[in-house]
Amino acid sequence: MININDILETVNMIKQENLDIRTITMGISLLDCVSDDQKRLEEKIYDKITKSAKNLVSTANDLEATYGIPIINKRVSVTPISLVGACADVEDYVRLAQVLERAANEVGINFIGGFSALVQKGMTKGAKNLIESIPQALASTTKVCSSVNVASTKAGINMDAVARMGEIMKETAYLTRDNDSIGCAKLVVFSNIPEDNPFMAGAMHGMGENDTVINVGVSGPGVVASAIKREGFCDFSRLADVIKKTAFKITRVGQLIAYEASKRLDTPYGIIDLSLAPTPAVGDSVAHILENMGLEKCGTHGTTAALAMLNDAVKKGGVMASSHVGGLSGAFIPVSEDAGMISAVENGALSIEKLEAMTAVCSVGLDMIAVPGDTSASTLSGIIADEIAIGVINNKTTAVRLIPVYGKGVGEVVEFGGLLGYAPIMKLSDYSSEEFIKRGGRIPAPIHSLRN
Amino acid sequence: MKAVVTVIGKDSVGIIAEVSAECAKHKANIVDITQSVLKDYFAMIMLVEIDKMEADFAKFQKELALLGEKKNLDIRAMHEDIFNSMHRI
Repeated sequence: MININDILETVNMIKQENLDIRTITMGISLLDCVSDDQKRLEEKIYDKITKSAKNLVSTANDLEATYGIPIINKRVSVTPISLVGACADVEDYVRLAQVLERAANEVGINFIGGFSALVQKGMTKGAKNLIESIPQALASTTKVCSSVNVASTKAGINMDAVARMGEIMKETAYLTRDNDSIGCAKLVVFSNIPEDNPFMAGAMHGMGENDTVINVGVSGPGVVASAIKREGFCDFSRLADVIKKTAFKITRVGQLIAYEASKRLDTPYGIIDLSLAPTPAVGDSVAHILENMGLEKCGTHGTTAALAMLNDAVKKGGVMASSHVGGLSGAFIPVSEDAGMISAVENGALSIEKLEAMTAVCSVGLDMIAVPGDTSASTLSGIIADEIAIGVINNKTTAVRLIPVYGKGVGEVVEFGGLLGYAPIMKLSDYSSEEFIKRGGRIPAPIHSLRN
Repeated sequence: MKAVVTVIGKDSVGIIAEVSAECAKHKANIVDITQSVLKDYFAMIMLVEIDKMEADFAKFQKELALLGEKKNLDIRAMHEDIFNSMHRI
C-alpha cells in the first residue's frame, strides 16, 4: 500500500493548499469549416465545436469525482478565426464571435479561445478585419477570448499592429465601460504565441496540431508556497530542490488527468502546461511564494532573482513528470488574480516597471494590470512594444493584457469578480510615447533569429 | 480498480466501524487499513476494491462525505492512481 504520509500529503495539498487542475482545454481545428458563404461557415463552426466538445464537461466532472481533484475550468481553443474566416468583413467577424459564444454555451464550457490573428510580419485583409472587430466582438460576448500575435523572434515586431492594438484596447474598454472595461480582460497581445497553450485569454489551436487535442494546465502556487514554508531557512540549492520536487508532484497529477481525459474522450493528448497559475483565493498566490523565500514584499529588490529561480525550478521538476510539456509553462504573475500581487501594489511595493522586469524571467508578461482609463492609445502601445521587445529579444513568449478602466484613475480599485479578481489601478509614466509609436513599420528581427 | 479512503479529524468512538459499514453497504471490499492517532488527531487510510460496487463511485463518495459531515471528519474516496502517479516514479 502507498505510504500513509504520502496519501496525507496529497489530501492536504488538495484540501488546504488549493491544488487543482486549472484547466482541461480541448483544441479543435476549424480549418475544415472554411467556406466562402458566411452562413455556411457559421453553421459548420457551431457544429464542429458542439460535436467535438460534447462530452468535455461531463468527462471532466467524472474525472474530478474519481480522482478527488478539482478541475476548475473546461475550455475550448480553436484555430485562429482570422484564418478560418479570411473572407469575412468586420461585421461578419463579430457574428463569428457570437457563434463561438453560442457553441461555448451549448457545451457548457467556461471560455473559448482563438478569436485570434497572427500578424507578426504583416496583416492579411482577414486579419485586419478581425482586429477591427475585436471591440464589438468582446463587448457582445462573455466567453470568447481574443489574442493577437504582433511579433516573433523570427519576424521582428509589427509596429503597425502594436500601434493599432493600443487603440483596440481603448475601444474595447469603452464598449465594456459599464462592466469596468472587462472586455480587455479577454484580450491579449502576444509575441511568440504558443500554439498549444491551454490558458486563457491566449489559448488557440495552432496550425500544426491534430484535428482535436487535449491540453491540460496544472496549477498549485499554494502547494509550492507551503512546501517552502515547511522547509524553513535553507540555502538556494536546497530551495530549488524543494520547488522541483513539488512541481514534479503537481505535474504528475496533471499528466494523469490529461492521459485519462484523452482516453475517455478518444482525443489525442497534446501537452501539459506546467504553470503556476494563481487565483485571488487566500493561499493561492505566486507573490506569496516569493515572500516565503524571504522577501518582505513582492516587488522589492531581489524579486526578479527569486522569480527567475522559481520559474526555472518549476520547469525542471515538471519536465520529468510529463511526457510532453508545452504551452506557457512557468510562473504567471497576473496582478488582479493574485492576492499577494494586489497587496504589493496597494502597499506601493510593486510598480509596473518592476513587473516588466519580472516578465523577462517568467512566463507570459504584463498580465491583468488595471491602468487609468484616460491613458492614451499610444501609451498603451508603448507598454505593448516594451513587453513584446523583451519576448522577441529573449526568444520567449511574452504577452500584454492591460485594462484601461474607463472613468477610473490611479488609486481607485476595479472589481472583476471570480477568477479574474480585483485590481488597484496602477500609475504609468507621465511622458508621451506618441511620436515613437507613430513611426509604424516593422522593428527588424534580432540578429540571433538568423540561426540557420 | 482500487480506491483510497482517507478519514481525517478528531478522534472519537466508532469511526472505523461506521466507515467500514458504509463500505460494506456499497460492496466496497476493504483490502488494507492503516491508522495513526497523534494526540487527538486521527488519520485513517483504507484501501478498498470497488470493482464489485453496486451503485456508482460518485454516490459512494457523497455518502462518505455526508457521514464525515455528521461526525465532523474529512472523509474522501479517491482513485488510487492519483497517489501512485504523484509519489512513485
